[in-house]
Amino acid sequence: MKETPLSNCERRFLLRAIEERKRLDGRQTYDYRNIKISFGTDYGCCIVELGKTRVLGQVSCELVSPKLNRATEGILFFNLELSQMAAPAFEPGRQSDLLVKLNRLLERCLRNSKCIDTESLCVVAGEKVWQIRVDLHLLNHDGNIIDAASIAAIVALCHFRRPDVSVQGDEVTLVHLTPFRTFLLVDPSEREERVMDGLLVIAVNKHREICTIQSSGGIMLLNEQVLRCSKIAGVKVAEITELIQKALENDQKVRKEGGKFGFAESIAKQRITAFKMEEAPVDTSDVEEKAEEILAEAEPPPDVVSKPVLWTPGTAQIGEGVENSWGDLEDSEKEDEDEGGSDEAIIFKGVRMDVGMEVSNTGSQEAPIVLSDSEEEETIILEPDKNPKKIRTQTISAKQEKAPSKTAAKKRKKKRTAN
Amino acid sequence: MQSDAKIRTEYGTDSSPQSPGCSLRHFACEQNLLSRPDGSASFLQGDTSVLAGVYGPAEVKVSKEIFNKATLEVILRPKIGLPGVAEKSRERLIRNTCEAVVLGALHPRTSITIVLQVISDAGSLMACCLNATCMALVDAGVPMQALFCGVTCALDSDGTLVLDPTAKQEKEARAVLTFALDSVDQKLLMSTTKGLYSNAELQQCLAAAQAASQHVFRFYRESLQRRYSKS
Repeated sequence: MKETPLSNCERRFLLRAIEERKRLDGRQTYDYRNIKISFGTDYGCCIVELGKTRVLGQVSCELVSPKLNRATEGILFFNLELSQMAAPAFEPGRQSDLLVKLNRLLERCLRNSKCIDTESLCVVAGEKVWQIRVDLHLLNHDGNIIDAASIAAIVALCHFRRPDVSVQGDEVTLVHLTPFRTFLLVDPSEREERVMDGLLVIAVNKHREICTIQSSGGIMLLNEQVLRCSKIAGVKVAEITELIQKALENDQKVRKEGGKFGFAESIAKQRITAFKMEEAPVDTSDVEEKAEEILAEAEPPPDVVSKPVLWTPGTAQIGEGVENSWGDLEDSEKEDEDEGGSDEAIIFKGVRMDVGMEVSNTGSQEAPIVLSDSEEEETIILEPDKNPKKIRTQTISAKQEKAPSKTAAKKRKKKRTAN
Repeated sequence: MQSDAKIRTEYGTDSSPQSPGCSLRHFACEQNLLSRPDGSASFLQGDTSVLAGVYGPAEVKVSKEIFNKATLEVILRPKIGLPGVAEKSRERLIRNTCEAVVLGALHPRTSITIVLQVISDAGSLMACCLNATCMALVDAGVPMQALFCGVTCALDSDGTLVLDPTAKQEKEARAVLTFALDSVDQKLLMSTTKGLYSNAELQQCLAAAQAASQHVFRFYRESLQRRYSKS
């Protein structure tokens, strides 16, 4: 579906509001939206909500042979998918540009930061290593996909339990800043992203080291602006890291204590749009009687015995085929051919196929045009004042001819072969 | 054709979540949780969870438009890896079910797109997808002639019927049957089965599914009442 264009008055309104340091949802310029992290029942599954932007992350692992030039390192694979439910414009063919950009950025940030020690994923050097695969699905797009996705990836990795040892890593958090001419906004929403001039992404780890920095959109920033952004990023990262740690601890506690965990528990009870029902027994005592009733009333299935006829090894025929339903043909010659053709071989690109059924003749109408070397060549004389004869497909040559132009082509081909 | 299938019934809620016999797992549903799609619903059956988003009736590509009714499209995404043939076949089954109930004639030359994301799979995934689809269509306000629900039954090696099986029960079962039933007369809209079973067993599973669907429809009704009632 096409993206709904942003109207000019909306654009102007947003830019004017930003100039006056006001944002649509009432945030301050350097404020993040609410981050909510919930875990599923399996390890390595989490859903992160950054305001209304929602990302699902799942980590899975597999034992594979390592890459040839890195025999002692495991493989880390990230895959971000923009689901079509996230935004109507995210159709399978359409979002390749944005998708590639996001995937590349995410991979760079998470790989360069060395948050996962790939050497520790090695089991047998040169033979078996762990391949950790992180699948991220964007479920709702309300701006700042990259931040939500990176948080989801980190949380999922921290939550994941490899079959022997749990994966612990350094946390890396990306901060997505949007400069608007001279104004900087942190964590833009979808509307703000549409009117932005460019964006600056800084990945900082919890030791306040910059792991990745990317500036796109062609905006020109002064170095003090970039420094200010990195300071903001440092502060934000500390907050987000704390949040992640708390969420992980909570989940671990609940699991240890044997309480209920999973997405079912994260559905807020007091919302009117949410509803729960406990385990319900179903009375199936009369199922047997009902089934017997139905079976007693039903007619027995028709007795069909199939009698296949084996023509050659690998070719069998069941049934007689149907009468040719193409209607009367002007040329009786053709009719003879067609009736006799049902059991004849059809030349199809030099491969012979035995076909028993008449129906296949109609199927061969769609066969590609094959150069005919059959003996049944005919010269057709086109007379402009008469209706051109509708030439039926000759089953022997399996050529497709519907229009007189094609018959002319046939004629031409024949002339060539004759010469 | 006397069947040898034994069906045990259990009354009262059991403390153990894995109790055999005919009971449906804990259900939960949340509607309108995503801001971008026209309708969205998250349906949970025990540990199986599916999120559905519906866009429609919306613009349709000229190549896909149907002159007298809406074009339904279903997209199912697995959690891990790229979608494959199994997803395509499930998409088709869901699409056939929806086409039977959605009043497409009221919105000609439009498209109704249903996007499903598997959040976790712990048994009866197809039934969960169908339920999530129905709730999402209701949330989007797409006109339908009836609601529908999905129920999965599993027949284990000694012929015991289990409704709403878990992943473990499905793996050990001799046959797994999923039915889509409509809300008006509990008629069968779609069925997909895997494994060996007799005629009698099929009818019994269908009757059991019809009994279970009453519970599911009651759940739908109560959740919608909760949402739209004034009190």
